[in-house]
Amino acid sequence: MSTLIFRTVAPFLTALMLLFSVFVLLRGHNEPGGGFIGGLIAVSALAIYGIAFGVAAMRRAIVLHPLTIAGIGLVASTLAGLVSLAAGVPFMTGLWIEPSFAGVTVPLSTVTLFDIGVYLVVIGGIGSIAMTLEEEGDL
Amino acid sequence: MADALTGTGLTMLALLLPFVGALLAPLAVRAFGGAAAWVLALLPLGAFAILSRHLGAVSEGQALTAGFDWIPSLGVRFSILIDGLSLTFALLVTGIGALIVLYAGGYLKGHPHLGRFLSFLFLFMGAMLGLVLSDSFLMLFVYWELTSIASFLLIGFDHTRTAARRAALQALVVTGAGGLLLLAGLLVIQAITGVSELSALAAMGSVLRDSPLYLAALLLVLGGAFTKSAQFPFHVWLPNAMEAPTPVSAYLHSATMVKAGVYLLMRLNPVMGQTPEWQMLLPLFGGVTLLAGALMALAETDLKRMLAYTTMASLGLLVLLTGLGTPHAVEAAVLYLVAHSLFKGTLFMVAGIIDHEAGTRDVTRLGGLGRAMPITFVAGGLAALSMMGLPPAFGFLAKEKTYYALTGGGLFVTILLVVVIIGNALMGAVGLLVGVRPFIGAPVKTPKHAHEGPPLLWLGPLLLAVKGVAIAIAAAVTHQMMTTPMASAVAGEARPVTISLLPHLGLPLLLSLVTVALAIAMFLTATRLRAAITSPMDALGWGPDRGFDQMIAGVLRFASALTRRLQPGRLDAYMTAGFVLLAALLLLTPALNGEWPNAPVFPADIPWDELAIFAIALCGLIAVVLAPNRLTAIVSLGIQGFAVAVIFLLYGAPDLAFTQFMIETLSVVILALVMTRLDLSPSDHRPLRQLLPDAALAGLVGFGFTIVLLKVTSVPFDPALSTFFAQFSKTIAHGANIVNVIIVDFRGTDTLGEIAVVMATGLAVLALLRLRGGSERRLADNDPDAAEAVETAPLQGRGV
Repeated sequence: MSTLIFRTVAPFLTALMLLFSVFVLLRGHNEPGGGFIGGLIAVSALAIYGIAFGVAAMRRAIVLHPLTIAGIGLVASTLAGLVSLAAGVPFMTGLWIEPSFAGVTVPLSTVTLFDIGVYLVVIGGIGSIAMTLEEEGDL
Repeated sequence: MADALTGTGLTMLALLLPFVGALLAPLAVRAFGGAAAWVLALLPLGAFAILSRHLGAVSEGQALTAGFDWIPSLGVRFSILIDGLSLTFALLVTGIGALIVLYAGGYLKGHPHLGRFLSFLFLFMGAMLGLVLSDSFLMLFVYWELTSIASFLLIGFDHTRTAARRAALQALVVTGAGGLLLLAGLLVIQAITGVSELSALAAMGSVLRDSPLYLAALLLVLGGAFTKSAQFPFHVWLPNAMEAPTPVSAYLHSATMVKAGVYLLMRLNPVMGQTPEWQMLLPLFGGVTLLAGALMALAETDLKRMLAYTTMASLGLLVLLTGLGTPHAVEAAVLYLVAHSLFKGTLFMVAGIIDHEAGTRDVTRLGGLGRAMPITFVAGGLAALSMMGLPPAFGFLAKEKTYYALTGGGLFVTILLVVVIIGNALMGAVGLLVGVRPFIGAPVKTPKHAHEGPPLLWLGPLLLAVKGVAIAIAAAVTHQMMTTPMASAVAGEARPVTISLLPHLGLPLLLSLVTVALAIAMFLTATRLRAAITSPMDALGWGPDRGFDQMIAGVLRFASALTRRLQPGRLDAYMTAGFVLLAALLLLTPALNGEWPNAPVFPADIPWDELAIFAIALCGLIAVVLAPNRLTAIVSLGIQGFAVAVIFLLYGAPDLAFTQFMIETLSVVILALVMTRLDLSPSDHRPLRQLLPDAALAGLVGFGFTIVLLKVTSVPFDPALSTFFAQFSKTIAHGANIVNVIIVDFRGTDTLGEIAVVMATGLAVLALLRLRGGSERRLADNDPDAAEAVETAPLQGRGV
């Protein structure tokens, strides 16, 4: 699989797909997309990188252990739910603030944090499975 | 009948104090060593003092209750009941408990795990105290099982010895199983009467006794009581429990825990007693237990085992008397229970001191210790006196009452009388053997040079033994404060106890004299009697103790056979079973209900682009089936999946399509990776006889899903949910994408659970694949082709 063309294209493809996955994640609330789909796209991106350069390179590229990423995601999602509790409303109630940065209004919410958590868990969880399998496979 | 309790907070504190002791004991022992016992004994003493405050009200015949809601949604309360019965038990538990803590401090002085031991002991004390004071059924059950667990920990304290571990497990299995029976019994009682508290049960007696479920409730409750109180044939665990250090035997297995069953029977006597079943079953089991226990006690030579069997006999006597339920019998049971707790606790501690100081517990190797251990001798002698039922000990009152209860009845009662006389005589003989025999006669050389133990050791037994005489001399006070309220609680009506040490000429006194004469005769001929009892038992060779081992072995064999059958370790078998069930579910449901869907109508004008997509999906499927090797099949499955995703897209579900695309991609990648890991042969060579059933099964499942889908879509669409989400997703959740809003907001908690599952799956896969050492081989074991695959393609050595 590790042809020259593939290895040349793979980093760009991965970078583009990762960027796209973040885009899909963030636009998810109003357009098709969201944390789950975004996470899956990101995993596919990582898989391409892994197939081209090997799992060791992929592990170096993402710095953290995939399950650490998943763990961070799970904590983020849980925190998003707990923030509501601290604000005196039932667990997981969405809270929104809309601060403006230099004239641009950016809606921020616990729901977004939650979705980012989902995104990270999917990357970490599925990524870990793929990497562990790929580590010793010869695909 | 029940009055509100004053000083609830303080009484609840008394319930808590032993558990505080359980936490503090290891720390205290670390700080003060064996002397910590003096400090720790203050806790049960404190509880004793707090509970004593209720003596006044209880002696006036009041039953006090208090409590608070525990699990309001289930209607469960944390409630306590203090009346004559429970208060007497509570005072015995805390009073003797304080002395036992002292004794344990001396007995295990310098033991590296003294702190742990005392902690377990306090845990038990708290459980037992809670058990006798519980008003609510559930609380009673929880404390009941907690005593079993504490007993398990204490019997197995010396956990490096196999015998101790076996005894601990046996006690836990027998009493734990009994506890479950008790729970069932209590639930049945609750279902019959609709009340869940003992104090409220008092008024429901006739409802309970007239119910068709009465016998079921009775048998279940008896199952709990008989296992706990070591009635034949559930007694096996009690003699074996002598593996525990002696303080445990003196406390749990004579004075308190084994009495829990008797407590329960006494507690239920007013509501469940006085029926033919009750008056038949209890005296029957009690009588057999009394006789068997007393005989086996004489057959033993180990002081502790002798005492254990007499405890069993005494419990039999208590059950017998409770079962009779006549006024005299209830009084006798109450008197005997108090007397037994005092003298048996004493004798166990005396046996422990002898063991500790002389180095052996074998009665045939002991003698003439009286000069070296005068205080212990006094304690043992007084306790033996009480056990024989001689004045001025409290046991005398109990025996007089027992004979009052058993004279002048019909044939059944007269048979019981004979049994009780023989049992009492045997127990009296054993009392002499344990409490007096080691101290008199010619001195025998013992393994250790015997001398009197330290005060920590002899204080407990001496106080208990003296108390056993004092409460008999001050019988009027004892009756007023303790036995009358207790007997009244057991009888369910006022039952003044008046018996005193003054001799009452009559048949009971004569029977007492006969008993004592028999006891002395048996004591003098003990060696010959022992041989006479042991030889037939040896000849039989089988007993409930062996039976227990056989039962456990049988259960284990059955369990492993069943596991081998249900869990053969073949993935294909599991999958087949799963799919067969799925197919049955999908197809049998409409078949049994006669609800097949109507045949679908194919629309005439399907656009050519949609037709093309369907064609691609179909091609993908055909390719899967015809694929020459597994990898091709996996990729072809991907084609079919992508086609379905396009269909979703065409019909206006972009999120679904999007997800489907990603899932299909990753499925193909991961499945392909798994294939390379499994060392399967590249293609599928199942023979036709395996292929056809699998194909049929796959077809059935597919057909089933088609049926379900057709049926579901033929039902008129209920737009309530869609309308709700469409209406509110923007206003409540600030999102236009309904699917995403549902996932992260409306049903966010579900999603949180799901991502936790994703995380756990990632961890599990990592753990499974990281298993080293022959993991490849083990994975390959699941593959039907593995044998030939291994032959044709030897495993390649792979690095970590």
